[in-house]
Amino acid sequence: MSSPISPAPATVPGPATGPATPVQRWLAQARFETMTILGHGEQLLVALVLPAMALVGLALSDVPDLGPGRRIDVATAGVLALAVVSTAFTGQAIATGFDRRYGVLRFLGASPLGRDGLILGKLGAVGVVITVQLVVLGGLAAVLGWRPEATGLVPALVTVALGAAAFLALGLLLAGTVRAEGVLALANLAWVLLLGLGVLLPTDRLPDAVQGLARLLPSGALGDGLRLALVEGHWPLAQWLVLLVWAGLAGAATVRWFRWSD
Amino acid sequence: MSAVEVIGLRRDVGAVRAVDDASWSAQSGAVTAVLGPNGAGKTTTMECLEGLQRPTAGVARVLGVDPWHAPAEHRARVGVMLQEGGLPVTTTARRLLHHISRLHAAPADIEALMARLGVDRVSGRSIRRLSGGERQRVALAAALVGRPDVAFLDEPTAGLDPHARLDVWDLIRETATAGAAVVVTTHSFEEAERLADHVVIMSSGRVVAEGSLDEVRAGDTLEERYFALTAGGRR
Repeated sequence: MSSPISPAPATVPGPATGPATPVQRWLAQARFETMTILGHGEQLLVALVLPAMALVGLALSDVPDLGPGRRIDVATAGVLALAVVSTAFTGQAIATGFDRRYGVLRFLGASPLGRDGLILGKLGAVGVVITVQLVVLGGLAAVLGWRPEATGLVPALVTVALGAAAFLALGLLLAGTVRAEGVLALANLAWVLLLGLGVLLPTDRLPDAVQGLARLLPSGALGDGLRLALVEGHWPLAQWLVLLVWAGLAGAATVRWFRWSD
Repeated sequence: MSAVEVIGLRRDVGAVRAVDDASWSAQSGAVTAVLGPNGAGKTTTMECLEGLQRPTAGVARVLGVDPWHAPAEHRARVGVMLQEGGLPVTTTARRLLHHISRLHAAPADIEALMARLGVDRVSGRSIRRLSGGERQRVALAAALVGRPDVAFLDEPTAGLDPHARLDVWDLIRETATAGAAVVVTTHSFEEAERLADHVVIMSSGRVVAEGSLDEVRAGDTLEERYFALTAGGRR
């Protein structure tokens, strides 16, 4: 049999070689997912550009009313909450939904990475991207005059971690149960709705009829939690409880109903 | 022990019996071609062997292991090329193949593999922008990066031009010659006759013929035997 390309013995399979170590596999997946997010224009738009525009817009205008506290401080806490929602929920839901559509989840599930490694890799990538967001958006906010309460930095990081866990679980639940086009529509719709349900707008600024509901949503718990920590220096224990319940429920539902193929 | 063993395999998908009491095997160092009409159960059987679907009954065993419960050590020895590709479209071929190579302890030379399959020239391009044939070859490269002991290739030459198809056949043959068990599903009689040491024909979820090429042909052409054996088996 003729071949226009000369043989390359190095490409021919040899004896079994085995997998890389678990840590190497998970780090490789986290790196791959991180590079994919940071190299993808639409993901960057949602993760950094839109939150930065929201920050500048809120800092330079008087509307909407954000309530007591320095406006830039309240606005920054809300924008950091928005960044977490953008990456952990919207970005991951859409990316995972289309990976499921194209068979990527099945292919990687059959590779040495496996399903556990895939989830751990996503978790790592979300963590890295949120760290980048906190640095970039925090830097921009500092230029605009943001001065967070020093005693609130640790509880703020805990709030970010719990919020990321809850929203990642919700994002994966959506990605694993709805067709890709539906995921795209619902994730973007939810992103817009959540802006007004406690993410950018404090729940105490909402009409009485929706205040209670918003405080029980992960959006309200994340936004209010970050405002309590960064503006007032408090430990937002009630908001952590809400986020933990959402993370647990959404995580359990994802394990139960997530489908790896479309 | 055969590298791949299918014994009384049954797989129900909803109300449909996709695979019905199928039994066949594949050996190391040989190419096994699985033929059959659309809906015959080829891909479902492959996915049971890849650990992507759980058999309803019977046995699917690869390298002595139940694929559904296989650990990473087993999956590293098995290369998989899915029918729909399974490639993330927002990355490049080079980045994807390097990523997959990092999942293995001693992977193949990525650059040589891409050159061999003729995708080195487009390796920096987004997979979304590759032609169907280029994607097929990237998917094949992804299946062989880990230098597998068993490779499951679902229609590896579908959509390829004649030159690319010859390259792929050469690489599949060399992979088997190097000791791997290669299982290929195909609709091409030419592919089966040029590549296969062992042939399995499925129809309506059942195995209707299995053996060497000569045994399955039984004095006729493969095409004649195929149509005789699968008449009425189209879904």
